[in-house]
Amino acid sequence: VSYQPPSRTELESLARRILSFSKADGCRVGIEASWHGNTRFAAGEITTAGVATDTEITITSTVGRRRASTTTNLLDDGSLRRAAELSERIAKLSPDDPELMPELPAQRYTAVDAYGASTAGLDAEPRAEAAGRVLELPDVKAPSLLAAGFIDATARATVVATSNGLFAHHQATEAEMSTTVRTPDGTGSGWASAGAREWSDIAPTTLGTRAARKALASRNPTPVEPGQYTVILEPHAVADLIRIMSSLSFDARQADEGRSPFSKKDGGNRIGEKVVDDRVTISSDPADPDLRARPFDAEGLPIDRTVWIENGVLKNLAYSRFWAQKQRKQPVVRAGPLGRAQTWNLKMAGGTKSIDDLVAGTARGILVTHFFYIRVLEPRTVLLTGLTRDGTFLVEDGKVSRPIKNLRWNESPLFMLNKIEDLGRAERTSAGIVLPAIKARDFTFTSVSDAV
Amino acid sequence: MDNRREFLKKAGAAAIGTAVVPGLVHGQTCAGATPGDGPGRDLLMGALQAARDAGASYADARLGRYRSQSVTTRERQVIGVSEAESFGIGIRALVNGSWGFAATRDLTQASVQAAARDAARTARAAVPFQKRPVVLAPVAPVVGTWQTPVERDPLDVPVEEKVALLLEANEAALTVKGVRFVNSSLSLLREEKTLATTDGTLTAQTFYRVSPEFTATAIATGDFQSYTHEIAPRGAGWEYVTGLEMAAHAAEWASLAVEKLSARSVEPGRYDLIIDPTNLWLTIHESIGHPTELDRAMGYEANYAGTSFIAPPDRHIGRLRYGRDLMNVRADRTQPGSLARCAWDDEGVPADEWLLVEKGLFKDYQTTREQAAWIAQLTGVTRSHGCAFADSWSSVTFQRMPNVSLLPGEEAIGLDEIVGATERGIVIKNRGSWSIDHQRYNFQFSGQTFYEVRNGKITAMLRDVAYQARTPDFWNSMDLIGGPASYWMGGSSNDGKGEPPQSNAVSHGCPPARFRGVTVVNTGRQS
Repeated sequence: VSYQPPSRTELESLARRILSFSKADGCRVGIEASWHGNTRFAAGEITTAGVATDTEITITSTVGRRRASTTTNLLDDGSLRRAAELSERIAKLSPDDPELMPELPAQRYTAVDAYGASTAGLDAEPRAEAAGRVLELPDVKAPSLLAAGFIDATARATVVATSNGLFAHHQATEAEMSTTVRTPDGTGSGWASAGAREWSDIAPTTLGTRAARKALASRNPTPVEPGQYTVILEPHAVADLIRIMSSLSFDARQADEGRSPFSKKDGGNRIGEKVVDDRVTISSDPADPDLRARPFDAEGLPIDRTVWIENGVLKNLAYSRFWAQKQRKQPVVRAGPLGRAQTWNLKMAGGTKSIDDLVAGTARGILVTHFFYIRVLEPRTVLLTGLTRDGTFLVEDGKVSRPIKNLRWNESPLFMLNKIEDLGRAERTSAGIVLPAIKARDFTFTSVSDAV
Repeated sequence: MDNRREFLKKAGAAAIGTAVVPGLVHGQTCAGATPGDGPGRDLLMGALQAARDAGASYADARLGRYRSQSVTTRERQVIGVSEAESFGIGIRALVNGSWGFAATRDLTQASVQAAARDAARTARAAVPFQKRPVVLAPVAPVVGTWQTPVERDPLDVPVEEKVALLLEANEAALTVKGVRFVNSSLSLLREEKTLATTDGTLTAQTFYRVSPEFTATAIATGDFQSYTHEIAPRGAGWEYVTGLEMAAHAAEWASLAVEKLSARSVEPGRYDLIIDPTNLWLTIHESIGHPTELDRAMGYEANYAGTSFIAPPDRHIGRLRYGRDLMNVRADRTQPGSLARCAWDDEGVPADEWLLVEKGLFKDYQTTREQAAWIAQLTGVTRSHGCAFADSWSSVTFQRMPNVSLLPGEEAIGLDEIVGATERGIVIKNRGSWSIDHQRYNFQFSGQTFYEVRNGKITAMLRDVAYQARTPDFWNSMDLIGGPASYWMGGSSNDGKGEPPQSNAVSHGCPPARFRGVTVVNTGRQS
């Protein structure tokens, strides 16, 4: 049994039908047809599993310089007409929007094949079987470890169409599996996760083995004194930081208005300035075979390759269509997530070293599996707080010497990217995100956590 | 499932007339006056029968219709007005002690029954990987309707009135010198939910939630400071929003952003903290609400939200000293105006109220029907506390937090009296940044405004303040709390838990309270 989203032709005819109901000066229709299948396991067994299908229509109407949108999942003509009328009525009631940009005419998009058949076919039985492969793993069962985890498959078709003749269509899948393995005495915990467009690129037993070994290796941790340490952040820990940094600071208007770390003191932004270490290059590119991201945003604006930071120099910030026009620039779409679909499009270049290589070259430092509960402390500097989780180790003389208690940290990814010692190989942490492990000095840990 | 075929059937103009249940899609409500009536009931009963026929020993079906509206503004303009509607059914089936769930927006008998069979098939797939079959606590079947009491349906209020209310507040804020940006918004929700179970329960409920927000930003050379006023989201109608008188207060709120620009950066160290209810509610949520969730304690959230320091239950119920004698924490789904208020939960269990912490001692967890038996021998409580909730028709029901509140003391004192009784401390107001570890031990919370207290008086405004503590140490340091008149209820309409993540709306009431010798860190680092 495999989910097939509605075809391009079917969606196009639906979009045209909705546009034909519009009496507004301008109309945009967004369609997202989705299928989600997931299975959770915990305490050594499958706990819940489910499937959901939905088709969501967003109608955005423009009347003069007024605009509003409605969303519905009722697809009969009567409901769609009502939704179109409602968006027109709300638009008329809204005040003029001085920043309103007309709906886009037809655009050209890079063709991106992001649909994985193995993900769309991940029904209840194969998901249960994959959970079983971790639950029944000798590495887990023999030492009576407790495995918890999540398997998630999503398939979706996305359409944007406008009354000015634009039509954009994309279909994508995302598969993700993560597992947390804990020791029965509660003193050790390990985690591993993988994400891809194709479920067949994910290896459940590899994840289970990695998490189980980390659980055993992290038993009975002892504290280290909080302070500044060299850190080796595994790619998932790096992803936790870089995603927040890009969401918070890669925006031109925020910078131009004085509300970002990329604001110039006397106005304007810091594009063209060196902002981080030379080795840092961060980009978005839907056509990159490692990313395979959606090539348009919610307005139907094409997304092309964008280099945000190149060799440490800030090259681009996101410009909305309005801000681009005001500043006489080209619009630049942000790295993600785009709309309700939490899709990313972000890559950071790495080096050639494995985690083991990074550890081997470290006299003293802390190896971090991933982070938890990251929150912004200070948007001016992207200073964040968060905690380490599920496998935190002390590195001494080029070796992992012992498990340590988790630590709270207060640090900015921007500060960290200025203190890079080394980069590991870049790898995909989830569909649409590729990042390397980072070794950085003087990472600030502020207190010890008793949580395992 | 072949969703493509369903889609064609629904999207093709020729099939429209028969594809929609008459009177259901365009009807005023699905949670009508009598839950026993109408096409919604037939769908629910059809789903339950199909699940039974597919081997389910128990099933529930939830028909949900969610209508939400948001109005967002900045300065003198509207950024967005949007309205969203989502309608569908979710069916949960228990087969040989394992759960399966399936949901669809396609409300035809055929599709709904296919989803019910899917739920049963999904459950069956889990059986080989089952350790202990699910056993549900008993509940008396109920038929009834309930609605959040409102004077005015917030969704029916004209958009002009909403826009005017926000822009008036923005205008008032912009009169304050130094204030450059103002953001304000309204999020309004009407949620209609009809639940049928194979136990014979049939309930129809309509919930209203309103959530206004307001932030002002002041800019100085090379610096900016924002102030977000703590406006509690509530389970209420439009009258709550107008009663806030945002325009009348906006200038006063905005001036706090300006004042923050010249506030003194805090000297890190240990301080006595006087925490206002506008900040303390979230600390309660994170450090009491979450660790007392029984699914977390049992490892069910280990892969995401985390576990709990209050585990295993047998070593903690009646033994863990959470705080001193003055600490009493109540869980409920009954407080008027609260976000988690209901008449029945998503398993048809009546709204409950009970103590989690009594005189400082940990007493009980939050439970669902599946969980009640896990600790019944320890607590003597054999029924569910009614904490089952799903955030959408397309989401599976699981254990979610009810309102969790710190009860006020008997003495009629408030924030001023606590300040008056404190030699050296900091007053903390409103929610800022917050972060807590996955077992709910180590937390670090910030606020919006901070005031230095010296010898019983507020002497200066501070900035860059965050307090960091270990949960049991923190609550055991609480030595003074306000009385009934100082009780205030905050809340969050967006509490995340579960995989895939679900959002829960929950309120937390509390008086101001004093905590002795808490670590304060400075968040103003520049490199």
